[in-house]
Amino acid sequence: MKGEPEADEEFEARLKAYEGRAAAATGVGRDPVNQPMIRHWCEAMGDTSPAYTGPDAVAPPTMLQAWTMAGLTHRPDRTAAYDELLTLLDASGHHAVVATDCEQEYLRPLRPGDEITFDSVIESVSGRKTTKLGAGYFVTTRTDVRAGGALAGTHRFRILKYAPAQRTPAPAERRPRPVVNRDNAGFWEGVARHELLIQRCTACSAPRFPWLPGCTACGGPDWDTVAAGGEGRVYSYVVMHHPPFPAFEPPYAVGLIELAEGVRIVSNVVGVPCDEVRIGMPVRLEFRRYDDELVLPVFRGVGP
Amino acid sequence: MRPGDRLPPLEIPITRTLIVAGAIASRDYQDVHHDPELARQKGSPDIFMNILTTNGLVGRYITDHFGPRARLCRVAIRLGAPNHPGDTMMLTGTVEEVDGDTATVRIVGANGLGKHVTGTVTVRVEG
Repeated sequence: MKGEPEADEEFEARLKAYEGRAAAATGVGRDPVNQPMIRHWCEAMGDTSPAYTGPDAVAPPTMLQAWTMAGLTHRPDRTAAYDELLTLLDASGHHAVVATDCEQEYLRPLRPGDEITFDSVIESVSGRKTTKLGAGYFVTTRTDVRAGGALAGTHRFRILKYAPAQRTPAPAERRPRPVVNRDNAGFWEGVARHELLIQRCTACSAPRFPWLPGCTACGGPDWDTVAAGGEGRVYSYVVMHHPPFPAFEPPYAVGLIELAEGVRIVSNVVGVPCDEVRIGMPVRLEFRRYDDELVLPVFRGVGP
Repeated sequence: MRPGDRLPPLEIPITRTLIVAGAIASRDYQDVHHDPELARQKGSPDIFMNILTTNGLVGRYITDHFGPRARLCRVAIRLGAPNHPGDTMMLTGTVEEVDGDTATVRIVGANGLGKHVTGTVTVRVEG
């Protein structure tokens, strides 16, 4: 809109000119206040108040606007002025509508049989506002609702006529990236070659996993690696149902796998329904590619 | 009833059925209240509850609490975060002002996205 401020001001002035004009003139409710509509309303709302049933029933006061609604096929009881205002907004791309505010005062109860009439005025049209849904204009109307000609309630209603914001689809969520540092870089280099490397202390030969700078058994700083043969068993596991994290589709099984080499590693147990994963279940290492950057070791269940 | 009194909260599961039933009971056939595809085209991720249903639920919350002698005088609400299917709305209320048999209650309906509705209700409880 920048670069065309005059056009905007002119457009807003055209909208503003509708303030104070009638939005509906002696609209007539499609049906008199009636027990079936009251019952449908109460069922939808879960409202079991005894005030709305029986021979002395009144309508729920909050139904006030419902009695003025045009319904599915009937043309709303709008004035030409209000139609013009809405058409101006539609034609300028603000074709979507959402209600934002409703203020009702109830002067006397409505009862089955009451014939409804209503008059409505355009109270205000806002300047152009930016909202989460998109940019648009707030239009406020005020309606007097009458039953048998006597004022029963008033109803101030605000809608936003807006141009829907373009939604850019969210990029497909990717799995979290591993944190690679100088202590574990060798491990991830192995994974990239589809090798699961276990550290081994060159002083005492103790295997260790995950990767650490020193031996957990003797404290020795020197190590080499052995590639896991791929055989293991489920030492323990959980099945994740909730909460759902991006890029993960519950339910899924997370296992603590004891490798044949004697160390344990956490990863997904795949290839078996997650409710069939059991402690002691034999598993076999495989490498799974999740996206163009990420390969992870996972464990396939190979029967009980 | 005294200023500062808190109403017990009311938890309302926002089902697709509630949204559609409320829209039809209020004779509101706007597609965004029953057609997910058309709702998406209008910038919403799914259908959402119409304001008349929210208004009805707020009215029910107040009259459920104050009982059959309660008469609603005024309900003023403002909508914020939409009520989409699968969410839950928790209605809470605090008595702000009492004048004889008339109380003004401030209400909030919060869902998983934030405040769906805020407003005030004036209710008269005949003795």
